[in-house]
Amino acid sequence: MSEWLDDEAGPVVRPYALTRGRTRASREGFDLIAIIASAATSTFAPPTAGPEHVAILELCVRPLSVAEVSAKLKLPLGVVRVLLGDLLDLGLIVVRRPETENRLPNERVLKEVLNGLQAL
Amino acid sequence: MDSRRSDPSRGAAAMPLAVKILVAGGFGVGKTTLVGSVSEIKPLRTEEQLTDRSVGIDDTSGVERKTTTTVAMDFGRITIRDGLVLYLFGTPGQDRFWFMWDELALGALGAVVLADTRRLSDCFPSIDYFERRRLPFIVGVNCFEGAIRYDTEEIRAALDLDPRVPVILCDVRRRESGKQVLIALVEHVLAVMAERQRQAGAAIR
Repeated sequence: MSEWLDDEAGPVVRPYALTRGRTRASREGFDLIAIIASAATSTFAPPTAGPEHVAILELCVRPLSVAEVSAKLKLPLGVVRVLLGDLLDLGLIVVRRPETENRLPNERVLKEVLNGLQAL
Repeated sequence: MDSRRSDPSRGAAAMPLAVKILVAGGFGVGKTTLVGSVSEIKPLRTEEQLTDRSVGIDDTSGVERKTTTTVAMDFGRITIRDGLVLYLFGTPGQDRFWFMWDELALGALGAVVLADTRRLSDCFPSIDYFERRRLPFIVGVNCFEGAIRYDTEEIRAALDLDPRVPVILCDVRRRESGKQVLIALVEHVLAVMAERQRQAGAAIR
């Protein structure tokens, strides 16, 4: 079977099999630009953790957004969110949420962004 | 979220705040090119798989089969400073993925709508969307070689834009041009915020 399967064929395992069919993350919404960082090294991952959980912990040694985790591991966002939910429940990651509560962005942040862009 | 609990050495600087700007416009107008020209990383792609139930507007009546569609978003990153990161997201081209747009627009600083003068109407859905959502946006007219050059006022009239919405000509393949587009957007967002605060103040008095 593997003879005719190449990258174009897509993953052999259907993505949501990695989450045992779960499509919703536990309690955290995991915004696209929420920043994720590993709270512990992957060697602390419990035996129940799958290889994708370990891959996330290794990737997020440097803090990365949810979108970057999804892109770098080539996993759909929904799958990544479920896996992140598992890791959060185990206390293995920390999350910094973006400021989405207010309808208008923070003026101080905007001015910093403006200065940053001008300095590019 | 208590981000200090697990590791005291991981201060706020290690967990940057992220903000985002959206890049919208019709198919092939240069959204990913703009993202790539200003991003510090090669544009990345994230995907979401949808079933027909989540793609609400799709007419699947009569099709009694659950279909799966993949919606892809390209994005880039600019580190503004230690602790502040700007992400640029290209919106999914297909207009039917509105719920994905809702997620993208939530908390966004603003949006750039890219327009191609040869197919101006392609950016109408994006403009309608941001107007309805009251998300500040500017229009960047990507100057393709071989396309007739128009005056920005002619384009503004053709798009029936609010006179306060900036329209600027650009060549998104050039980093400097892409940078100017983003600067124009953030300046516009600051102006819109000031205007709304004035209006809110006037309403109270």
